[in-house]
Amino acid sequence: MPPSTTTASTVSTTLPASPASPASPASPASPVMLPEAHAAAHTSARTAVHTWLLPVAVACAAAVLPLVLSGYLQDLAVRIMITAIFALSLELLVGTTGLVSLGHAAFYGVAAYVTVQASPADGPGNLLILLPLAMLGAGAYALLVGALSLRTRGVYFIMVTLAFAQMAFFIFHDTPVGGGSDGIFLPLRPVARMGEQVLFDLDRPLSLYFFTLAALVATYAFLALLQRSRFGHALAGIRVSEQRMRAAGFSTYGYKLAAFVIAGMLAGLVGCLMASKQGLVNPEFLSWHESGAVLLMIILGGLGSLRGAVIGAIAFVLLKELCASEAVFGAFASHWQLTLGLTMIAFVAFLPDGLIGLGARLGRMRGQRDRQATPR
Amino acid sequence: MELSTFFVQCLNAVQYGLLLFLVASGLTLIFGIMGVINLAHGSFYMLGAYLAFGLSPLFGNQFLLQLAAGVVLSVAIGFLLEWVFFSYLYQRNHLQQVLMTYSLILVFEEIRSLVAGNEVHGVAIPDWLSGGIRLGDVMTYPVYNLFASASCLVVALALYYVVNRTRLGMMIRAGASNRDMVRGLGIDIRLLYRIVFAAGVALAALAGMIAAPVSSVYPGMGGQILIICFVVVVIGGIGSISGALIAALLVGFVDTFGKVLFAQYSGVSVYLLMAAILLWRPEGLRNRGF
Repeated sequence: MPPSTTTASTVSTTLPASPASPASPASPASPVMLPEAHAAAHTSARTAVHTWLLPVAVACAAAVLPLVLSGYLQDLAVRIMITAIFALSLELLVGTTGLVSLGHAAFYGVAAYVTVQASPADGPGNLLILLPLAMLGAGAYALLVGALSLRTRGVYFIMVTLAFAQMAFFIFHDTPVGGGSDGIFLPLRPVARMGEQVLFDLDRPLSLYFFTLAALVATYAFLALLQRSRFGHALAGIRVSEQRMRAAGFSTYGYKLAAFVIAGMLAGLVGCLMASKQGLVNPEFLSWHESGAVLLMIILGGLGSLRGAVIGAIAFVLLKELCASEAVFGAFASHWQLTLGLTMIAFVAFLPDGLIGLGARLGRMRGQRDRQATPR
Repeated sequence: MELSTFFVQCLNAVQYGLLLFLVASGLTLIFGIMGVINLAHGSFYMLGAYLAFGLSPLFGNQFLLQLAAGVVLSVAIGFLLEWVFFSYLYQRNHLQQVLMTYSLILVFEEIRSLVAGNEVHGVAIPDWLSGGIRLGDVMTYPVYNLFASASCLVVALALYYVVNRTRLGMMIRAGASNRDMVRGLGIDIRLLYRIVFAAGVALAALAGMIAAPVSSVYPGMGGQILIICFVVVVIGGIGSISGALIAALLVGFVDTFGKVLFAQYSGVSVYLLMAAILLWRPEGLRNRGF
């Protein structure tokens, strides 16, 4: 723990590159203003509104979507939202704390297994018990993995997290713990039940939709608040310079471990949702392709901001859907990986800052045009 | 365990370890020298296996000639890939490299599916290598497996010689320990990179060609070996060839005997080994030493 609040505030203000994008929440909260912050004070008020206005607008739009969407599209929207929570959970590690984990699917998979295994065979399970149980299960595994793997850093950390994920994969794949390589089916989707009172039933598509949306909004809000908190500032500090944070009296290991466990528990939320939605779980939930895909999403969207993670998840799922759609690509749709792969290569080649950088880049271009247009 | 079984398992372990070494040595060189995390390296192993599948009807029993042709082809492919694609990755950060090479895996897998289909193929063992050697009363050991071990060993020794005893090897070692200094000394670093990359591709493809007759040729074979090879590279210490050799043999033994001793939990054994070694030495066994 840090010795005093004064040290903490000094650290958070002297860090030159507090979280990457200008829209990111950490900068306005600094108690002492940097010179350039004074100059930008009037614009930062606008961006502060901008920061929460857009997500709220998007959430409201998502809430009315089921009125116009049905069947397949509604299902797609649920899948996108679940994926977005997954991307957000990893963003806390990679974008905020600077810990690149290539084994994040393990926590998601463990939670999915917990959800299915803890459900009774003869009736629907109670979501109000299953969800905390799944998150705790994922969190416990994250605590174990994090405690060990955080002793290494850099590429070694990437590889150790991958190794632990593979270990979990093989445990579920080779042993009878979770039905072997076929996985297990969830006979009935869970319901939320208080005593005898059924609050809602995830078997109804609308309930699933709104519960997923609520989970996404809650996760986003939680992470946004976390980034503004002292804890979040400490994590950002660790990303920029762990050494400096340690010199300032922070026990960085504890902070990183806490971030790792929180991210694991959020991934557990995703696992519980996904198992409930799919009605089954198999070792593929934990495969390194899943971990790779979610890492791709947040890089695709743009690291360093929560909305980047959400944009990346939306773009990735839609892109995958588009490339595999027979209406667009005809018979070639079965080779969707080729189109998807080439598209992503093009994205990284031309948009190194991710999709969120596209907006900034367009904004800069417009700004230049405006400046040229105004007479001096 | 009987002594003869133990002996046979040891041979299997050595063979698997040496194959892993061929793939992992390229990976560790590319990582150590160019600083590129190449997730697509497993695809080069797959490339080799499919080359063996495509070339074996043409060459028949001329197996060594077939290997040579495969190596030439894969070196050419390596040069081309480096020139067209990988040379742009050197300036990018690790995350972008991960993203790009992961996308490349998708591309390679689909090209494979377009060219060779999705079936599992077998590759015939050439006649002169087919038989078996009798061990005791009931057991035989296939000649081909011995040949595979021997040829991997030859390549490993050749690699050792090139890296430690030649001018090129000196530049490679220098490049691994201080890239900027090598550039400063007027060595054409781009050419060096291209050679190292092509060599890495060729080593992985050669491993694939040697493994093809015993392991058969199937979709997704690159992904499996890739992860294990990353384990090898990390255990050995990134950029270290001798570390990769030690680690590959260690992984070969742990995996082979893990399968014999605790069948169900064998998948975990290699990763446990890696976790244990990294907790003991967070930078691998031989970090930054050749």
